Amino acid sequence: MGAKLCRVQVIAAYPITPQSKIPETLVKYVDSGELEAEFIRVESEHSALTVCISASTVGARVFTATAANGLAYMHEQLHWAAGARLPIVMALANRGLGAPWTIFNDMQDSISQRDTGWMQVYCRDNQEIMDSMIMAYKICEQLHVPMMVCFDGFVLSHTVMPVEIPDQKQVDAFLPPYVPHLQVDGPEPININPVMLAGPRANAQGVFCPSYMGFRMRLQEALESAGDVILEVGREFGEVFGRSYECLLWQYRTEGADTILLTMGSLANEASLAADALREKGCKAGVVSLRIFRPFPAEPLRQALSGAKHVVIFDKNISYGNEGATCTETKAALFEGGLQPTITNFIVGLGGKNIVATDLEAATEEALKRRVQINGPQWIGVAV
Amino acid sequence: MAEDLTEERVINVTWHGRGGQGAVTAAMILAEAAYLDGYQGVTAAPFFGVERRGAPITATTRFSKKPIRTLSPATQADVVVVLDERLLQAVDVLGGLRADGLLILNASSPPEIFCTDMDIAVATSDANSIAREIGLVVAGAVLINTSLLGAFSKASSLIQMKSLEKAIGENFSGQAAKINIQGARLTYEATRINRSWQLS
Repeated sequence: MGAKLCRVQVIAAYPITPQSKIPETLVKYVDSGELEAEFIRVESEHSALTVCISASTVGARVFTATAANGLAYMHEQLHWAAGARLPIVMALANRGLGAPWTIFNDMQDSISQRDTGWMQVYCRDNQEIMDSMIMAYKICEQLHVPMMVCFDGFVLSHTVMPVEIPDQKQVDAFLPPYVPHLQVDGPEPININPVMLAGPRANAQGVFCPSYMGFRMRLQEALESAGDVILEVGREFGEVFGRSYECLLWQYRTEGADTILLTMGSLANEASLAADALREKGCKAGVVSLRIFRPFPAEPLRQALSGAKHVVIFDKNISYGNEGATCTETKAALFEGGLQPTITNFIVGLGGKNIVATDLEAATEEALKRRVQINGPQWIGVAV
Repeated sequence: MAEDLTEERVINVTWHGRGGQGAVTAAMILAEAAYLDGYQGVTAAPFFGVERRGAPITATTRFSKKPIRTLSPATQADVVVVLDERLLQAVDVLGGLRADGLLILNASSPPEIFCTDMDIAVATSDANSIAREIGLVVAGAVLINTSLLGAFSKASSLIQMKSLEKAIGENFSGQAAKINIQGARLTYEATRINRSWQLS
Protein backbone atom coordinates (compact mmCIF):
# COMPACT_ATOMS: atom_id res chain seq x y z
CA MET A 1 0.00 0.00 0.00
CA GLY A 2 2.84 2.38 0.86
CA ALA A 3 4.63 1.39 -2.35
CA LYS A 4 1.41 2.05 -4.30
CA LEU A 5 1.03 5.52 -2.82
CA CYS A 6 4.63 6.23 -3.85
CA ARG A 7 3.74 5.28 -7.44
CA VAL A 8 6.62 2.85 -7.79
CA GLN A 9 7.28 1.95 -11.42
CA VAL A 10 9.10 -1.35 -11.18
CA ILE A 11 8.63 -4.05 -8.54
CA ALA A 12 10.69 -7.21 -8.33
CA ALA A 13 10.38 -9.51 -5.36
CA TYR A 14 10.57 -13.19 -4.53
CA PRO A 15 8.08 -14.49 -1.96
CA ILE A 16 9.33 -15.49 1.49
CA THR A 17 7.41 -15.74 4.76
CA PRO A 18 6.51 -13.36 6.38
CA GLN A 19 6.94 -10.96 3.46
CA SER A 20 4.77 -12.88 0.92
CA LYS A 21 1.67 -10.74 1.46
CA ILE A 22 3.53 -7.69 0.13
CA PRO A 23 4.29 -8.95 -3.42
CA GLU A 24 0.90 -10.73 -3.46
CA THR A 25 -0.88 -7.47 -2.75
CA LEU A 26 1.22 -5.43 -5.18
CA VAL A 27 0.73 -7.90 -8.02
CA LYS A 28 -3.04 -7.51 -7.54
CA TYR A 29 -2.73 -3.72 -7.74
CA VAL A 30 -0.67 -4.03 -10.93
CA ASP A 31 -3.06 -6.61 -12.39
CA SER A 32 -6.15 -4.49 -11.73
CA GLY A 33 -4.50 -1.38 -13.13
CA GLU A 34 -4.70 0.44 -9.79
CA LEU A 35 -0.93 0.77 -9.91
CA GLU A 36 0.81 1.58 -13.15
CA ALA A 37 3.93 -0.48 -12.66
CA GLU A 38 5.84 -3.43 -14.03
CA PHE A 39 5.88 -6.41 -11.70
CA ILE A 40 8.81 -8.51 -12.79
CA ARG A 41 8.75 -12.11 -11.68
CA VAL A 42 12.12 -13.53 -10.73
CA GLU A 43 13.50 -16.86 -9.58
CA SER A 44 15.42 -15.58 -6.57
CA GLU A 45 16.10 -12.64 -4.28
CA HIS A 46 19.46 -12.08 -5.91
CA SER A 47 17.67 -11.54 -9.23
CA ALA A 48 14.97 -9.44 -7.59
CA LEU A 49 17.50 -6.90 -6.43
CA THR A 50 19.40 -7.14 -9.72
CA VAL A 51 16.20 -6.20 -11.58
CA CYS A 52 15.72 -3.28 -9.17
CA ILE A 53 19.31 -2.15 -9.74
CA SER A 54 18.87 -2.24 -13.52
CA ALA A 55 15.50 -0.50 -13.46
CA SER A 56 16.76 2.16 -11.07
CA THR A 57 19.79 2.73 -13.29
CA VAL A 58 17.53 3.56 -16.23
CA GLY A 59 15.57 5.98 -14.10
CA ALA A 60 12.63 4.09 -12.59
CA ARG A 61 11.36 4.34 -9.02
CA VAL A 62 11.73 0.76 -7.79
CA PHE A 63 10.65 -1.38 -4.87
CA THR A 64 11.47 -4.77 -3.45
CA ALA A 65 10.70 -6.67 -0.26
CA THR A 66 12.24 -9.66 1.47
CA ALA A 67 13.22 -11.28 4.78
CA ALA A 68 15.86 -13.42 6.43
CA ASN A 69 17.68 -15.80 4.06
CA GLY A 70 16.21 -13.90 1.12
CA LEU A 71 18.05 -10.80 2.30
CA ALA A 72 21.20 -12.83 2.85
CA TYR A 73 20.93 -14.06 -0.73
CA MET A 74 20.82 -10.42 -1.88
CA HIS A 75 24.03 -9.63 -0.03
CA GLU A 76 26.28 -9.10 -3.06
CA GLN A 77 23.74 -6.87 -4.76
CA LEU A 78 23.10 -4.87 -1.59
CA HIS A 79 26.69 -3.64 -1.84
CA TRP A 80 26.18 -2.98 -5.55
CA ALA A 81 23.00 -0.96 -5.08
CA ALA A 82 24.61 1.30 -2.48
CA GLY A 83 27.93 1.58 -4.34
CA ALA A 84 26.09 2.52 -7.55
CA ARG A 85 24.22 5.15 -5.47
CA LEU A 86 20.74 3.95 -6.44
CA PRO A 87 17.74 5.18 -4.40
CA ILE A 88 16.14 1.75 -3.99
CA VAL A 89 13.63 1.21 -1.17
CA MET A 90 13.18 -2.23 0.35
CA ALA A 91 10.55 -3.40 2.83
CA LEU A 92 12.13 -5.89 5.21
CA ALA A 93 9.98 -8.11 7.42
CA ASN A 94 12.60 -8.97 10.04
CA ARG A 95 12.97 -12.72 10.49
CA GLY A 96 15.62 -14.96 12.05
CA LEU A 97 18.18 -16.62 9.80
CA GLY A 98 18.58 -20.36 9.27
CA ALA A 99 20.11 -22.73 10.18
CA PRO A 100 18.21 -23.93 12.07
CA TRP A 101 15.14 -22.77 10.16
CA THR A 102 12.78 -20.32 11.73
CA ILE A 103 10.10 -18.27 10.05
CA PHE A 104 9.75 -16.09 13.12
CA ASN A 105 11.02 -12.70 14.10
CA ASP A 106 14.38 -11.35 15.14
CA MET A 107 16.72 -8.75 13.63
CA GLN A 108 19.69 -10.90 12.71
CA ASP A 109 18.92 -10.52 9.00
CA SER A 110 19.11 -6.74 8.68
CA ILE A 111 21.78 -6.27 11.33
CA SER A 112 23.99 -8.68 9.36
CA GLN A 113 23.74 -6.23 6.41
CA ARG A 114 24.60 -3.07 8.31
CA ASP A 115 27.90 -2.50 6.47
CA THR A 116 26.47 -2.62 2.94
CA GLY A 117 25.91 1.14 2.77
CA TRP A 118 22.11 0.99 3.03
CA MET A 119 20.24 3.21 5.45
CA GLN A 120 18.08 1.31 7.94
CA VAL A 121 14.93 2.51 9.65
CA TYR A 122 13.13 0.34 12.25
CA CYS A 123 9.37 0.75 12.66
CA ARG A 124 7.46 0.64 15.93
CA ASP A 125 4.00 -0.03 14.52
CA ASN A 126 2.16 -0.39 11.20
CA GLN A 127 1.50 3.33 10.84
CA GLU A 128 5.25 3.90 10.98
CA ILE A 129 5.78 1.31 8.23
CA MET A 130 3.37 3.14 5.93
CA ASP A 131 4.80 6.57 6.73
CA SER A 132 8.44 5.41 6.57
CA MET A 133 7.89 4.00 3.08
CA ILE A 134 6.76 7.39 1.78
CA MET A 135 9.57 9.25 3.53
CA ALA A 136 12.12 6.65 2.38
CA TYR A 137 11.79 7.53 -1.31
CA LYS A 138 12.14 11.24 -0.59
CA ILE A 139 15.24 10.64 1.55
CA CYS A 140 16.83 8.13 -0.83
CA GLU A 141 16.26 10.18 -3.97
CA GLN A 142 17.85 13.20 -2.32
CA LEU A 143 20.92 11.32 -1.10
CA HIS A 144 21.19 8.67 -3.84
CA VAL A 145 21.48 6.01 -1.17
CA PRO A 146 19.16 2.98 -0.76
CA MET A 147 17.13 2.31 2.39
CA MET A 148 15.68 -0.72 4.17
CA VAL A 149 12.38 -0.10 5.94
CA CYS A 150 12.60 -2.78 8.64
CA PHE A 151 9.69 -4.08 10.69
CA ASP A 152 9.23 -7.11 12.93
CA GLY A 153 7.99 -10.11 10.98
CA PHE A 154 4.66 -11.54 12.20
CA VAL A 155 4.65 -9.22 15.24
CA LEU A 156 3.86 -6.31 12.91
CA SER A 157 3.56 -7.89 9.46
CA HIS A 158 0.69 -10.18 10.50
CA THR A 159 -1.01 -7.99 13.08
CA VAL A 160 -3.95 -5.89 12.00
CA MET A 161 -4.15 -2.45 13.59
CA PRO A 162 -5.66 0.92 12.67
CA VAL A 163 -3.57 2.80 10.11
CA GLU A 164 -4.35 6.18 8.64
CA ILE A 165 -3.91 5.94 4.88
CA PRO A 166 -2.36 9.13 3.51
CA ASP A 167 -4.23 10.87 0.73
CA GLN A 168 -2.80 10.12 -2.74
CA LYS A 169 -2.86 13.78 -3.80
CA GLN A 170 -0.94 14.79 -0.71
CA VAL A 171 1.58 12.01 -1.28
CA ASP A 172 2.01 13.15 -4.90
CA ALA A 173 2.73 16.68 -3.74
CA PHE A 174 5.11 15.46 -1.01
CA LEU A 175 6.87 13.01 -3.30
CA PRO A 176 7.07 14.23 -6.91
CA PRO A 177 8.15 11.79 -9.66
CA TYR A 178 11.74 10.58 -9.45
CA VAL A 179 14.19 12.55 -11.56
CA PRO A 180 17.35 10.47 -11.93
CA HIS A 181 20.71 12.28 -11.87
CA LEU A 182 21.98 9.93 -14.54
CA GLN A 183 19.87 8.08 -17.03
CA VAL A 184 21.09 5.37 -19.34
CA ASP A 185 19.22 5.29 -22.63
CA GLY A 186 19.60 3.85 -26.12
CA PRO A 187 20.64 6.78 -28.34
CA GLU A 188 23.39 7.91 -25.99
CA PRO A 189 24.92 4.80 -24.49
CA ILE A 190 27.37 5.19 -21.66
CA ASN A 191 29.56 2.74 -19.83
CA ILE A 192 28.61 2.66 -16.17
CA ASN A 193 30.53 1.19 -13.29
CA PRO A 194 33.76 0.33 -15.09
CA VAL A 195 36.66 -1.15 -13.14
CA MET A 196 38.21 1.55 -11.00
CA LEU A 197 41.84 2.25 -10.36
CA ALA A 198 43.40 3.34 -7.11
CA GLY A 199 43.85 6.84 -8.54
CA PRO A 200 41.45 9.14 -10.44
CA ARG A 201 41.23 8.72 -14.17
CA ALA A 202 39.49 10.28 -17.14
CA ASN A 203 36.26 8.81 -18.49
CA ALA A 204 35.37 8.46 -22.21
CA GLN A 205 34.50 12.18 -22.37
CA GLY A 206 37.88 13.06 -20.93
CA VAL A 207 36.40 14.16 -17.58
CA PHE A 208 38.47 13.13 -14.54
CA CYS A 209 36.48 10.88 -12.20
CA PRO A 210 37.16 9.98 -8.58
CA SER A 211 39.17 6.97 -7.52
CA TYR A 212 37.67 3.87 -5.91
CA MET A 213 38.39 5.31 -2.47
CA GLY A 214 36.96 8.62 -3.62
CA PHE A 215 33.66 6.87 -4.34
CA ARG A 216 33.75 5.11 -0.97
CA MET A 217 34.40 8.37 0.81
CA ARG A 218 31.50 10.03 -0.99
CA LEU A 219 29.16 7.22 0.09
CA GLN A 220 30.29 7.72 3.69
CA GLU A 221 29.75 11.49 3.36
CA ALA A 222 26.25 10.88 2.03
CA LEU A 223 25.46 8.68 5.05
CA GLU A 224 26.99 11.29 7.38
CA SER A 225 24.67 13.93 5.95
CA ALA A 226 21.68 11.56 5.97
CA GLY A 227 20.72 12.34 9.58
CA ASP A 228 19.86 15.94 8.70
CA VAL A 229 17.96 14.88 5.58
CA ILE A 230 15.95 12.30 7.55
CA LEU A 231 15.06 14.95 10.15
CA GLU A 232 14.07 17.51 7.52
CA VAL A 233 11.92 15.02 5.59
CA GLY A 234 10.40 13.85 8.89
CA ARG A 235 9.51 17.44 9.78
CA GLU A 236 8.02 18.09 6.36
CA PHE A 237 6.01 14.86 6.58
CA GLY A 238 4.59 16.08 9.87
CA GLU A 239 3.51 19.37 8.31
CA VAL A 240 1.65 17.62 5.50
CA PHE A 241 0.27 14.53 7.24
CA GLY A 242 0.15 15.56 10.89
CA ARG A 243 2.55 12.89 12.13
CA SER A 244 6.06 14.31 12.60
CA TYR A 245 9.13 12.09 12.38
CA GLU A 246 11.66 14.80 13.17
CA CYS A 247 13.71 12.42 15.30
CA LEU A 248 16.28 9.68 14.86
CA LEU A 249 15.38 8.16 18.24
CA TRP A 250 12.01 7.50 19.80
CA GLN A 251 11.93 8.48 23.45
CA TYR A 252 9.47 7.72 26.21
CA ARG A 253 9.58 9.20 29.72
CA THR A 254 13.29 9.93 29.42
CA GLU A 255 13.00 13.24 31.23
CA GLY A 256 14.67 12.87 34.61
CA ALA A 257 15.25 9.19 33.96
CA ASP A 258 18.38 7.61 35.44
CA THR A 259 17.65 4.16 33.98
CA ILE A 260 17.15 3.76 30.25
CA LEU A 261 15.78 0.72 28.48
CA LEU A 262 17.25 0.81 24.98
CA THR A 263 15.86 -1.18 22.06
CA MET A 264 14.63 -1.08 18.44
CA GLY A 265 11.44 -1.80 16.53
CA SER A 266 8.13 -2.94 18.01
CA LEU A 267 9.76 -4.02 21.28
CA ALA A 268 9.79 -0.31 22.19
CA ASN A 269 6.04 -0.60 22.86
CA GLU A 270 6.54 -3.34 25.43
CA ALA A 271 9.50 -1.41 26.87
CA SER A 272 7.25 1.61 27.43
CA LEU A 273 4.88 -0.57 29.47
CA ALA A 274 7.87 -1.86 31.46
CA ALA A 275 9.03 1.73 32.08
CA ASP A 276 5.55 2.65 33.38
CA ALA A 277 5.63 -0.33 35.77
CA LEU A 278 9.14 0.55 36.95
CA ARG A 279 8.14 4.18 37.52
CA GLU A 280 5.21 2.97 39.64
CA LYS A 281 7.77 1.23 41.84
CA GLY A 282 9.85 4.39 42.16
CA CYS A 283 12.52 3.56 39.59
CA LYS A 284 13.13 6.50 37.28
CA ALA A 285 12.96 4.53 34.04
CA GLY A 286 12.60 5.69 30.45
CA VAL A 287 12.86 4.19 26.97
CA VAL A 288 15.07 5.05 24.02
CA SER A 289 14.43 3.23 20.77
CA LEU A 290 16.69 3.59 17.76
CA ARG A 291 14.40 4.53 14.89
CA ILE A 292 17.36 4.89 12.58
CA PHE A 293 20.22 2.40 12.88
CA ARG A 294 22.15 3.50 9.77
CA PRO A 295 23.34 6.19 9.78
CA PHE A 296 23.95 5.55 13.49
CA PRO A 297 22.49 8.44 15.51
CA ALA A 298 25.46 8.74 17.88
CA GLU A 299 25.04 12.38 18.84
CA PRO A 300 21.31 12.29 19.65
CA LEU A 301 21.93 9.05 21.52
CA ARG A 302 24.62 10.69 23.67
CA GLN A 303 22.19 13.49 24.47
CA ALA A 304 19.39 11.08 25.31
CA LEU A 305 21.66 9.04 27.60
CA SER A 306 23.54 11.97 29.17
CA GLY A 307 21.59 11.73 32.43
CA ALA A 308 21.49 7.94 32.63
CA LYS A 309 23.28 6.00 35.34
CA HIS A 310 22.17 2.65 33.98
CA VAL A 311 21.49 1.63 30.41
CA VAL A 312 19.81 -1.72 29.80
CA ILE A 313 20.04 -2.78 26.17
CA PHE A 314 17.73 -5.35 24.60
CA ASP A 315 19.01 -6.80 21.33
CA LYS A 316 17.08 -9.13 19.00
CA ASN A 317 20.38 -9.95 17.33
CA ILE A 318 23.88 -10.96 18.31
CA SER A 319 27.32 -10.58 16.83
CA TYR A 320 28.56 -14.02 17.77
CA GLY A 321 31.69 -13.89 19.91
CA ASN A 322 30.88 -10.39 21.06
CA GLU A 323 27.43 -9.02 22.00
CA GLY A 324 24.28 -7.43 20.57
CA ALA A 325 24.94 -4.91 17.80
CA THR A 326 23.09 -1.97 19.34
CA CYS A 327 25.04 -2.56 22.57
CA THR A 328 28.41 -2.31 20.83
CA GLU A 329 27.40 0.77 18.90
CA THR A 330 25.89 2.47 21.93
CA LYS A 331 29.07 1.86 23.94
CA ALA A 332 31.13 3.41 21.15
CA ALA A 333 28.87 6.47 21.04
CA LEU A 334 29.06 6.88 24.83
CA PHE A 335 32.84 6.50 24.86
CA GLU A 336 33.17 9.38 22.41
CA GLY A 337 31.03 11.50 24.73
CA GLY A 338 32.95 10.47 27.85
CA LEU A 339 29.80 9.00 29.40
CA GLN A 340 30.09 5.92 31.61
CA PRO A 341 26.75 4.53 32.76
CA THR A 342 26.61 0.84 33.68
CA ILE A 343 25.54 -1.13 30.65
CA THR A 344 23.78 -4.46 30.65
CA ASN A 345 23.03 -6.24 27.40
CA PHE A 346 20.21 -8.74 27.12
CA ILE A 347 19.72 -10.94 24.06
CA VAL A 348 15.97 -11.47 23.65
CA GLY A 349 13.30 -12.71 21.30
CA LEU A 350 15.45 -14.67 18.87
CA GLY A 351 13.45 -16.76 16.40
CA GLY A 352 10.15 -15.32 17.62
CA LYS A 353 10.65 -16.13 21.30
CA ASN A 354 7.87 -14.27 23.04
CA ILE A 355 9.06 -11.30 25.08
CA VAL A 356 6.65 -9.21 27.13
CA ALA A 357 6.80 -6.08 29.25
CA THR A 358 7.12 -8.02 32.52
CA ASP A 359 10.22 -9.80 31.15
CA LEU A 360 11.82 -6.45 30.34
CA GLU A 361 10.85 -5.10 33.74
CA ALA A 362 12.35 -8.10 35.57
CA ALA A 363 15.54 -7.94 33.49
CA THR A 364 15.96 -4.24 34.26
CA GLU A 365 15.47 -4.87 37.98
CA GLU A 366 18.04 -7.66 37.86
CA ALA A 367 20.53 -5.37 36.12
CA LEU A 368 19.93 -2.63 38.69
CA LYS A 369 20.40 -5.01 41.61
CA ARG A 370 23.95 -5.81 40.55
CA ARG A 371 24.89 -2.17 40.13
CA VAL A 372 28.18 -3.10 38.50
CA GLN A 373 29.22 -3.36 34.92
CA ILE A 374 28.37 -6.81 33.59
CA ASN A 375 30.49 -7.84 30.66
CA GLY A 376 29.06 -10.08 27.99
CA PRO A 377 25.44 -10.46 26.98
CA GLN A 378 22.81 -12.09 29.20
CA TRP A 379 20.17 -14.31 27.59
CA ILE A 380 16.48 -14.17 28.40
CA GLY A 381 13.94 -16.88 27.67
CA VAL A 382 16.28 -19.49 26.24
CA ALA A 383 14.70 -22.49 28.00
CA VAL A 384 17.68 -24.41 26.51
CA MET B 1 -18.58 0.36 24.03
CA ALA B 2 -18.61 -0.75 27.64
CA GLU B 3 -18.45 2.39 29.81
CA ASP B 4 -17.17 1.09 33.11
CA LEU B 5 -13.72 0.06 31.91
CA THR B 6 -10.54 1.67 33.13
CA GLU B 7 -8.68 3.50 30.40
CA GLU B 8 -5.77 1.12 30.06
CA ARG B 9 -7.72 -2.15 30.39
CA VAL B 10 -6.96 -4.32 27.37
CA ILE B 11 -9.67 -6.84 26.47
CA ASN B 12 -8.27 -10.09 25.12
CA VAL B 13 -10.33 -12.35 22.88
CA THR B 14 -9.01 -15.70 21.64
CA TRP B 15 -10.53 -17.49 18.66
CA HIS B 16 -10.26 -21.24 18.18
CA GLY B 17 -11.25 -22.77 14.89
CA ARG B 18 -10.07 -25.07 12.16
CA GLY B 19 -8.07 -23.89 9.19
CA GLY B 20 -10.58 -22.71 6.56
CA GLN B 21 -13.34 -21.82 9.05
CA GLY B 22 -12.43 -18.16 9.02
CA ALA B 23 -11.32 -17.61 12.62
CA VAL B 24 -8.61 -15.18 11.48
CA THR B 25 -11.10 -13.23 9.37
CA ALA B 26 -13.56 -13.10 12.28
CA ALA B 27 -10.78 -11.86 14.59
CA MET B 28 -10.00 -9.07 12.13
CA ILE B 29 -13.64 -8.06 11.62
CA LEU B 30 -14.13 -7.94 15.39
CA ALA B 31 -11.10 -5.61 15.65
CA GLU B 32 -12.56 -3.38 12.96
CA ALA B 33 -15.92 -3.36 14.73
CA ALA B 34 -14.23 -2.48 18.03
CA TYR B 35 -12.55 0.47 16.33
CA LEU B 36 -15.88 1.62 14.88
CA ASP B 37 -17.36 1.19 18.37
CA GLY B 38 -14.93 3.78 19.72
CA TYR B 39 -12.07 1.70 21.08
CA GLN B 40 -8.87 3.55 20.15
CA GLY B 41 -6.53 0.62 20.48
CA VAL B 42 -7.34 -2.49 18.48
CA THR B 43 -5.22 -5.32 17.10
CA ALA B 44 -5.93 -8.69 15.54
CA ALA B 45 -3.41 -11.38 14.77
CA PRO B 46 -3.34 -15.04 13.83
CA PHE B 47 -1.39 -17.27 16.15
CA PHE B 48 2.05 -16.99 14.61
CA GLY B 49 2.36 -20.36 12.99
CA VAL B 50 1.81 -22.44 9.91
CA GLU B 51 -1.87 -22.91 9.08
CA ARG B 52 -3.44 -25.77 7.20
CA ARG B 53 -7.03 -26.49 6.23
CA GLY B 54 -8.75 -28.49 8.95
CA ALA B 55 -5.98 -28.17 11.55
CA PRO B 56 -6.72 -26.35 14.81
CA ILE B 57 -5.79 -22.69 14.55
CA THR B 58 -5.89 -19.73 16.90
CA ALA B 59 -6.32 -16.02 16.40
CA THR B 60 -6.59 -13.13 18.82
CA THR B 61 -8.38 -9.81 18.96
CA ARG B 62 -7.41 -7.12 21.44
CA PHE B 63 -9.15 -3.84 22.14
CA SER B 64 -8.75 -1.03 24.60
CA LYS B 65 -9.82 2.57 25.10
CA LYS B 66 -6.16 3.60 24.77
CA PRO B 67 -3.72 2.60 22.00
CA ILE B 68 -2.36 -0.89 22.58
CA ARG B 69 1.30 -1.26 23.42
CA THR B 70 1.62 -5.01 23.64
CA LEU B 71 1.93 -7.16 20.53
CA SER B 72 2.87 -10.47 22.11
CA PRO B 73 0.29 -13.26 22.16
CA ALA B 74 -2.10 -13.05 25.12
CA THR B 75 -1.89 -15.88 27.63
CA GLN B 76 -5.16 -15.21 29.51
CA ALA B 77 -8.20 -14.27 27.45
CA ASP B 78 -11.32 -12.55 28.78
CA VAL B 79 -13.41 -14.19 26.08
CA VAL B 80 -12.76 -17.38 24.14
CA VAL B 81 -14.78 -18.10 21.00
CA VAL B 82 -14.81 -21.66 19.66
CA LEU B 83 -15.97 -22.22 16.09
CA ASP B 84 -16.04 -26.00 16.36
CA GLU B 85 -17.20 -27.44 19.68
CA ARG B 86 -15.21 -30.63 19.10
CA LEU B 87 -12.08 -28.53 19.62
CA LEU B 88 -12.94 -28.56 23.33
CA GLN B 89 -11.60 -32.10 23.39
CA ALA B 90 -8.74 -31.58 20.94
CA VAL B 91 -7.18 -28.34 22.20
CA ASP B 92 -6.68 -26.86 25.67
CA VAL B 93 -9.19 -24.15 24.91
CA LEU B 94 -10.05 -23.45 28.54
CA GLY B 95 -6.44 -23.23 29.72
CA GLY B 96 -6.19 -19.83 28.06
CA LEU B 97 -9.40 -18.44 29.58
CA ARG B 98 -9.55 -16.40 32.78
CA ALA B 99 -11.32 -18.10 35.69
CA ASP B 100 -14.11 -15.50 35.42
CA GLY B 101 -14.06 -15.39 31.64
CA LEU B 102 -16.67 -16.01 28.98
CA LEU B 103 -16.74 -19.00 26.65
CA ILE B 104 -18.72 -18.71 23.42
CA LEU B 105 -19.43 -21.93 21.55
CA ASN B 106 -20.82 -22.73 18.17
CA ALA B 107 -23.04 -25.55 19.45
CA SER B 108 -26.65 -26.67 19.25
CA SER B 109 -26.76 -27.80 22.89
CA PRO B 110 -27.78 -25.39 25.69
CA PRO B 111 -24.90 -23.66 27.53
CA GLU B 112 -25.74 -25.30 30.88
CA ILE B 113 -24.24 -28.63 29.86
CA PHE B 114 -20.74 -27.26 29.24
CA CYS B 115 -17.99 -26.75 31.82
CA THR B 116 -20.32 -27.32 34.76
CA ASP B 117 -17.40 -27.52 37.20
CA MET B 118 -16.06 -24.07 36.36
CA ASP B 119 -16.88 -20.44 37.26
CA ILE B 120 -16.82 -19.25 33.68
CA ALA B 121 -19.90 -18.02 31.84
CA VAL B 122 -20.87 -20.10 28.82
CA ALA B 123 -22.86 -18.99 25.78
CA THR B 124 -23.94 -21.17 22.90
CA SER B 125 -25.49 -20.49 19.55
CA ASP B 126 -26.32 -22.91 16.78
CA ALA B 127 -24.57 -20.94 14.09
CA ASN B 128 -24.22 -24.05 11.92
CA SER B 129 -27.98 -24.42 11.41
CA ILE B 130 -28.50 -20.68 10.97
CA ALA B 131 -25.75 -20.33 8.40
CA ARG B 132 -26.87 -23.40 6.45
CA GLU B 133 -30.47 -22.18 6.40
CA ILE B 134 -29.66 -18.76 5.01
CA GLY B 135 -27.22 -20.15 2.46
CA LEU B 136 -23.87 -19.18 3.97
CA VAL B 137 -22.31 -22.13 2.18
CA VAL B 138 -19.24 -21.99 -0.05
CA ALA B 139 -18.03 -25.09 -1.89
CA GLY B 140 -20.06 -27.31 0.43
CA ALA B 141 -18.64 -25.77 3.62
CA VAL B 142 -20.96 -23.91 6.01
CA LEU B 143 -19.40 -20.60 6.99
CA ILE B 144 -20.16 -19.59 10.57
CA ASN B 145 -17.35 -17.17 11.40
CA THR B 146 -19.24 -13.92 10.81
CA SER B 147 -22.42 -15.34 12.35
CA LEU B 148 -20.56 -16.00 15.61
CA LEU B 149 -19.73 -12.31 15.80
CA GLY B 150 -23.42 -11.86 16.61
CA ALA B 151 -23.04 -14.30 19.48
CA PHE B 152 -20.04 -12.31 20.69
CA SER B 153 -22.04 -9.09 20.76
CA LYS B 154 -24.99 -10.68 22.58
CA ALA B 155 -23.03 -12.63 25.18
CA SER B 156 -20.31 -10.09 25.99
CA SER B 157 -22.13 -6.75 25.48
CA LEU B 158 -18.71 -5.32 24.62
CA ILE B 159 -19.41 -4.43 20.99
CA GLN B 160 -22.65 -3.10 19.55
CA MET B 161 -24.33 -4.97 16.72
CA LYS B 162 -24.44 -1.86 14.53
CA SER B 163 -20.62 -1.63 14.65
CA LEU B 164 -20.32 -5.31 13.82
CA GLU B 165 -22.73 -5.00 10.92
CA LYS B 166 -20.78 -2.05 9.54
CA ALA B 167 -17.49 -3.94 9.86
CA ILE B 168 -18.94 -7.02 8.14
CA GLY B 169 -20.31 -4.76 5.40
CA GLU B 170 -16.84 -3.35 4.78
CA ASN B 171 -15.32 -6.81 4.37
CA PHE B 172 -17.85 -8.21 1.91
CA SER B 173 -19.70 -6.71 -1.00
CA GLY B 174 -23.26 -6.92 -2.31
CA GLN B 175 -25.21 -10.08 -1.55
CA ALA B 176 -22.35 -11.60 0.45
CA ALA B 177 -22.40 -8.64 2.84
CA LYS B 178 -26.18 -8.90 3.27
CA ILE B 179 -26.20 -12.59 4.02
CA ASN B 180 -23.26 -12.38 6.44
CA ILE B 181 -24.96 -9.58 8.34
CA GLN B 182 -28.20 -11.58 8.40
CA GLY B 183 -26.29 -14.55 9.85
CA ALA B 184 -24.82 -12.39 12.60
CA ARG B 185 -28.25 -10.96 13.47
CA LEU B 186 -29.95 -14.35 13.64
CA THR B 187 -27.11 -15.79 15.70
CA TYR B 188 -27.35 -12.79 18.05
CA GLU B 189 -31.01 -13.61 18.62
CA ALA B 190 -30.34 -17.33 19.07
CA THR B 191 -27.53 -16.93 21.60
CA ARG B 192 -28.20 -18.41 25.02
CA ILE B 193 -26.03 -17.83 28.07
CA ASN B 194 -25.95 -19.73 31.38
CA ARG B 195 -25.62 -16.52 33.42
CA SER B 196 -25.13 -12.86 32.66
CA TRP B 197 -21.49 -11.98 32.26
CA GLN B 198 -19.55 -8.80 32.81
CA LEU B 199 -15.93 -8.02 32.19
CA SER B 200 -13.98 -7.72 35.43
